[in-house]
Amino acid sequence: MVAIVDYGVGNLFSLRCSLEAIGADVVVTADEEVLIRADQIILPGVGAFEDAAKKLRDAGLDDFLVEVANSGKPLLGICLGMQMLFEKSFEYGEHTGLGLIKGAVKPIADIIPRDLKIPHIGWNALDFTKTDCPLFKYIKDGDFVYFVHSYSAQDCEDSVIATSEYGATVTAAVAHKNVFGCQFHPEKSGDVGLSILRAFVEMKEGEIC
Amino acid sequence: MITKRIIPCLDVRDGRVVKGVNFDGLRDVSSPVELAKFYSDGGADELVFYDITASSDGRALFTDILCETAKKVFIPLTVGGGINTVADFDRVLNCGADKVSVNSGAIRNPDLIYEASKLYGDQCVVLSVDVKRVGGEFRVFAKGGRVDTGMEALSWIKRCVDNGAGEIVVNSIDTDGVKGGFDIEMLRAVCDIVSVPVIASGGAGKSDDFIDLFKTLPGVDAGLAASIFHFGEVDIRDLKNEMKKAGIPARI
Repeated sequence: MVAIVDYGVGNLFSLRCSLEAIGADVVVTADEEVLIRADQIILPGVGAFEDAAKKLRDAGLDDFLVEVANSGKPLLGICLGMQMLFEKSFEYGEHTGLGLIKGAVKPIADIIPRDLKIPHIGWNALDFTKTDCPLFKYIKDGDFVYFVHSYSAQDCEDSVIATSEYGATVTAAVAHKNVFGCQFHPEKSGDVGLSILRAFVEMKEGEIC
Repeated sequence: MITKRIIPCLDVRDGRVVKGVNFDGLRDVSSPVELAKFYSDGGADELVFYDITASSDGRALFTDILCETAKKVFIPLTVGGGINTVADFDRVLNCGADKVSVNSGAIRNPDLIYEASKLYGDQCVVLSVDVKRVGGEFRVFAKGGRVDTGMEALSWIKRCVDNGAGEIVVNSIDTDGVKGGFDIEMLRAVCDIVSVPVIASGGAGKSDDFIDLFKTLPGVDAGLAASIFHFGEVDIRDLKNEMKKAGIPARI
């Protein structure tokens, strides 16, 4: 069973449907006892970092997710959910994240040329920076995925597993041990996205990148 | 590099696709779910569902088929038609839409874009605008392009972007249906004043029209069309191969 963390951020309909489409047993929950029993956990999220981080704290799930991640259970953050895995974010101020991955979330405006549009929205190719990551076992270098974001993970070279070119090298996916993150939306990235989700729901406790 | 998007638009009335669609291998030619799956498998980058239903019964059918589609199609879905309130945004977003396109609703209620973008984010709010040349200026038309609002289009578009519209669909009434190519002059004028993605609509008749569009105006992010895709005049996969050959980034 894969659990989607339901902490009141964004619409989880598409994510749930995409997991069901690959035959996964899915539960959407904020209940710690259910999350503990799950084989894998997905932390979704759209919107603003500060608001999402607060909702996660208010639900009492921030420390819990850190414990669960440290126990070796596969955890996947998607979009804002990925950004929350980092130590901090500089989206409208400075905010503390879960600190599971070293690095910070900063405006992509800091790194890309001024004439490029923000948000970085649309389909872009993945450039693998690490081979043999279990998350990508069913896809190949150069496959396209769908992005919508104005902030990106920076200062996190050690954990980057894929980047995309958008006037600069933008962090597309990260992994640190059993903790994974995708800046793009696998649930909106067609067959490539479904293949990434399939690889994730096949992961076992203790499996690492 | 980000790719240029190719977007088929499906007009839906009472839960069925309007206009005959003729493809081999499609069992039900007016099923939005089947057609959406067909386009997604065929390389479409995004889909627009346009609800042209007038009745509330038809509207309920529309949300049903939207849910059904979102369960099977995993590319971005934009919904337009009958979006007048924030509650309408909620209605379609809960059924799996990723973006919501507003047209007449924003003209009637200029606060709608601001309110929706604060609630759902700019990336979720698409301004769709029907534009026609009148007396030497670009004019906004409402009600499916039938009514001249008297508003100058570029200032209207600018105002909507300032209010939070995250993407603009520019439909040129002057070139729509003519199949002689996109309205380059109008699109250039829009690209010059906004920094959000611009989607060109109206006028595509063949693959070369898309190539001309993206070559001439690098600021245009996507091309949208309906009948040329539905009638098989342009195959999306062939189009993308031609784009790639012409040096235009395309997802293949």
